[in-house]
Parts: sequence; C-alpha cells; structure tokens
Amino acid sequence: MAPHGSMTSAQAADPHAGWQGIYADWASDRTVFRNVSWGKAMMWVFLLSDTFIFGCFLLAYMTARMSTTVPWPNATEVFALHIGGENIPLILIAIMTFVLISSSGTMAMAVNYGYRRDRKKTAVLMLVTAAFGATFVGMQAFEWTKLIMEGVRPWENPWGAAQFGSTFFMITGFHGTHVTIGVIFLIIVARKVLRGDFDRGTRGFFTSRKGRYEIVEITGLYWHFVDLVWVFIFAFFYLW
Amino acid sequence: MAKHGMAAEGQVHPIKSYLVVWGWLFVLSAFSYMVDYFHVQGALRWSLILLFMVLKAGLIIAFFMHMAWERLSLVTAILIPPVAVLVFVTIMSAESDYTLLTREMFFAEGTVP
Repeated sequence: MAPHGSMTSAQAADPHAGWQGIYADWASDRTVFRNVSWGKAMMWVFLLSDTFIFGCFLLAYMTARMSTTVPWPNATEVFALHIGGENIPLILIAIMTFVLISSSGTMAMAVNYGYRRDRKKTAVLMLVTAAFGATFVGMQAFEWTKLIMEGVRPWENPWGAAQFGSTFFMITGFHGTHVTIGVIFLIIVARKVLRGDFDRGTRGFFTSRKGRYEIVEITGLYWHFVDLVWVFIFAFFYLW
Repeated sequence: MAKHGMAAEGQVHPIKSYLVVWGWLFVLSAFSYMVDYFHVQGALRWSLILLFMVLKAGLIIAFFMHMAWERLSLVTAILIPPVAVLVFVTIMSAESDYTLLTREMFFAEGTVP
C-alpha cells in the first residue's frame, strides 16, 4: 500500500525507527511516544484498560460455559428471527455486525477528511457514523426485548444453563453502553467541527483548551475499539 | 523526527485504502456468518471462527486505528499487555475443567441433595 511505502522511507531516514527505536524511545529521557500527542496516548491507554475489562467479561463467560453441567443454549436457534415463514439463524446479529463495520468505515473517512480540514465532509461522515451507532443500539434494544419476552432472565432461561442470561446481559449491555457513549461523543465533536471550532481555535466548554482536528482521530480510536470488541463478542458469544 | 511531517498533519492516507479495508471486513464478516449458516461443526468451525475474528481485528487495529503507521514503542506498549489476558484464559480453562470434573463427580444430574 502506498502510504506504508512512504512511511518505510521516512523510517529509513530516522536511525531510531523500527525495533531499535523501542529502546531508543524508552531510554531517551524524554516523552516516550514521539509524534503522539498526550490525548492520543491517553486514549490508547484507556482502550488498553477497557480491553482488560472486556477480556475479563469474556473470560468469565468462558469459565461459566466450560464448567456448567447443564447444556448451553444454542445461539443459532436463540437468536434466529422468523422472517417470511422460515427461521433465519442469527440474522439480526449479522445485520448488527454489518452496521457496526459500516460505521467504522465512515469514521475512518471522517478522520481523514478532518486532517484535510474539510469541515462539511468530516461532520457529515461523523453524523452518519453516529446514526449507524444509534441504529445498532436500537437493534440491540429489539433483541433484548425479544429475549426478555421469551423468558430470558439473568438467573434463568427456557433453553439451558442459567448463566446464559447473566453473561448475555452483562457483555452485550456493557458493549451497548459503550456504543451509546460513543454516539453522544460523535455528535458533540461533529457539532464542534461543523461550527469551525478547530479552525478558529475556539476554547472548549469543559477544559477551556483550544481543540484540534486530532480530537476527530481520538474519538475515532474509541469508535473503532467499540467495533473491535464487537468482533470478539460476535465470534465468542454468538458463533461459538 | 521533526521532518517527518506526520505529527503536524496527522494520519493522512488515501481514502481508497479505507474503502479496501472496509470491503474486506464485509467479506470476512459474511464468511463468519456463513460458518453458522451452513452449520459447520467441530474443530473446523472453531478454527474458522478464530481465523476470521483475528483477521478482522487485525485489519481494524492496523488500518482503521492506524497502528500500522505508528512507532513500535506505542505499538508494543499497547499490543503486548493483552497477552496477559491469554495467560488468564489458559489458567481459567484448566480451572473450569477441574470445576466441571468435581461437579460431575459430586453433583451428578438427577441426584437432588
């Protein structure tokens, strides 16, 4: 890919890039993450901590599922939808997956247009991302309603191991909360982009700092992470 | 590194690269859905699910989150610690096997205490 090629030539110019750069960066008695602002570095550290949280949720799910003597409910049948006279397995979950991936695509393009200082395209793409995210949460609410109507509770369900309900509500609920928070932040940042706050250096309402277009990338990192977590939930909870 | 230029302008890459990654994510998601749709079972099912999952996660981290273009100091600082989760998985899967064994031995189904 072309951008990667240009990066390789840039790295060749810097004697401390690549693997040697690791100890050069850590031993240089200065900011370790060069070229990375504190905001972006802190978002990455936050995402790492969030990785451990979701990792432990999935781990708890694995432990519950592996150690129960009662059969685990068949996700294919539980999450099937009755459309046009026949049961289509996992169809809602598949659509949710495609919606979230599409939102990641529009987000990546929003970041790109942000750095090109194309205000309108950036804001529109961010709002499209937020709309996809809201759609995802809506479908999740539908899915929760359907399962609750069918009798799934955190302590019991009609099909098998009781832990199915508790892990399902815990994991998808926590992920849905992340998506919701992401939608709120996307709308806030999109509004700032549209107003031109980052072109004029308007001070923000909370920290009184001047914002930069980099906040679009930082918000994007969070959003892609939410998509990333869904990849693992989709694989382990719905498909396994 | 001041001459690098990326710090000033941020991560700017051609839009096309995002569209290509987006397309691949769609294809891989469709594949993982097909695994369920066609009822692939056993070891093949689990290995296909894991393969598509790892490929999708890799594409998102590398291109959407720009890890492919970051310095290795950041890449290693963020991507190596999650290995601890894998260690935890190994420990807990051994523990789960033991719990299952004891449950089957002492709380066999049908024997109400």
